Amino acid sequence: MIRLVPRTETSTMWQVATPLLAVLATMITGGLLFAVMGYDPVAAIRTIFWDPLFGMASSYSRPQLLVKAAPLILIASGLAIGFRAGIWNIGAEGQYIIGGITGAAVALAAYPSEGMWIFPAMVLAGALGGWAWGMIPALLRNWFGSSEILVSLMLVYVAEKIAAWMAFGPMKNPEGFGFPGSRNLQQYPPASNPELIAGTGAHWGVVAAAIAILLTWGLMNRHIRGFHIRAAGLAPRAARFAGVKPETLVAFCLGLSGALAGMAGLFEVAGPAGQITDSFGSGYGFTAIIVAFLGRLHPVGILLAGLLLALTYIGGELAQLTLQLPAATVQVFQGMLLFFLLGFDLLTRFRIARRIAA
Amino acid sequence: MIDPLSVFLLLLAAATPILFAALGELVAERAGVLNLGVEGMMITGALAGFAAAYATGSPMIGFLVAALAGATISLIFALLTQVLLANQVASGLALTLFGLGLAALFGKPLEGIKAPAMTPGPLGINWIVWLGLLMVPLVWWFLNRTRPGLILRGVGENHDAAHALGYSVRGVRVAAIAFGGAMAGVGGAFISIATVLQWTEGMTAGAGWIALAIVVFSNWTALGVLAGAWLFGGVTVLQLRLQAAGVSVPVQLLSMAPYLATIIVLVMISARQKLSRSAGKASPGSLGQNFHALR
Repeated sequence: MIRLVPRTETSTMWQVATPLLAVLATMITGGLLFAVMGYDPVAAIRTIFWDPLFGMASSYSRPQLLVKAAPLILIASGLAIGFRAGIWNIGAEGQYIIGGITGAAVALAAYPSEGMWIFPAMVLAGALGGWAWGMIPALLRNWFGSSEILVSLMLVYVAEKIAAWMAFGPMKNPEGFGFPGSRNLQQYPPASNPELIAGTGAHWGVVAAAIAILLTWGLMNRHIRGFHIRAAGLAPRAARFAGVKPETLVAFCLGLSGALAGMAGLFEVAGPAGQITDSFGSGYGFTAIIVAFLGRLHPVGILLAGLLLALTYIGGELAQLTLQLPAATVQVFQGMLLFFLLGFDLLTRFRIARRIAA
Repeated sequence: MIDPLSVFLLLLAAATPILFAALGELVAERAGVLNLGVEGMMITGALAGFAAAYATGSPMIGFLVAALAGATISLIFALLTQVLLANQVASGLALTLFGLGLAALFGKPLEGIKAPAMTPGPLGINWIVWLGLLMVPLVWWFLNRTRPGLILRGVGENHDAAHALGYSVRGVRVAAIAFGGAMAGVGGAFISIATVLQWTEGMTAGAGWIALAIVVFSNWTALGVLAGAWLFGGVTVLQLRLQAAGVSVPVQLLSMAPYLATIIVLVMISARQKLSRSAGKASPGSLGQNFHALR
């Protein structure tokens, strides 16, 4: 018989090894799933994980890696800080949508004027929109004790409806021949978020993601608030006695992650997406939760996990094109990845020992 | 004029998916398990039930398969949280993300197909609606009047004490999780087989999360769950009626109503619970905490 013995300290070796194990297990299980569905498992795995980087069309798909990873990293950096403190912002998808809308609103209001101020103002508006949307569950939790998990999630559905309303109503393109959807911001230079260095896919969102990684690292390791956050997550009661105000932390964490998600939404609407449509929500807000966990809530881990999940998006699209694999495969992959990670996590907190017969 | 009886029947139907899912989650939470995977289990049930109903031509077999599918997928959550001691919040989320993906993947070929017709039950009301209503007193009776129900509540209130008394905390919790999965599966299948009458991706549209909110609303009681489900059903029907009547408010804003109502109710209830927490009536003592016996 085996039994589990709690470790006195979490194992650093396993903290690094478990995400790798989880990826490996996902590939194997995914391969089995493909085989069951009647696809060539080796070809499918290679198409998803190898071809986007080194395959025939990789010069086309490689820049996409940064485009897809940037919003994931930006959102996950903020989420991870809250998760460390035991504050569960599950509604980043909603904050992303609202950030996209408030950011686009600035551009649409300014149209057709030209001005250097427009894009910075949009970034600010996007961050503010996401921040405000994140503050709703924060304040409701602080004032009334309602669960931030459920409130932030409900607000995702509300945000989706607002996006649909905007696309069909107030933000509809007056020159759009009656089709729903706002003006395309890519065609409005002062508001667009173009590729900064040709062929890399890097736009302002990538720059912001890099800054977010550095800032969150600094916050968690070099700032007293980071210490409070870690303390609150590890021992809430002790943190309270040490003078950490839970209300302040809730507002800070939800506000910060909301602002980052809102910025991700703005960079998307001004860049790759181009316009507010009724399907503006892209699922990045949910995938970022996986990125945060897979990255061990650590900035460097989040960077790597963000790139990996971006790879699954691109590889998934490629597999859709070349192997006719259904689009939802990627979602299944991402879900499995989180399952395996949570399962293998046991090894970081427990030692497996043989049970000695009494 | 709107006929009150027909409105009430619509309300009953709108409330049924949430009622099933919330009753199942109620039992799981009374056993101390917070399973945020309800949405994932519902969509799995919605797809499996629809596929089975379509393949056999029998909606009732569909509901049975939906219950089995919901219970089966919930066992992944049980494995993660009860055996591998993973965080319940994260595991529940994983279950939802996985379930939504899995259902979208396997549901593709079923898009655009119509569900087989159901034979109406007594008073022209769907049998499953009746079953949902019957489950309310059954769950109440089980939790409050039976010995296994007492043990289940004990496990949820204080798992260390229950373990010390010799009860299997893990066994009780796995059973409660599976029951929650089966109920969520039936709730999801009600949407695909009896309400929308077809399969579409993401068709549960947050119903699972609303069910989670209703358990909080109910103060962890079966009768409270019924009240919450009816309140939600009422808002849904009202909103649809206003849409049909062509009220000048945009359709997209009207369709926010169920989600906004859920938030408002959640806030009111938590405010009341916050005030009365000293009086003792609140969530189960061990809710959301994992149990690991050292010997």
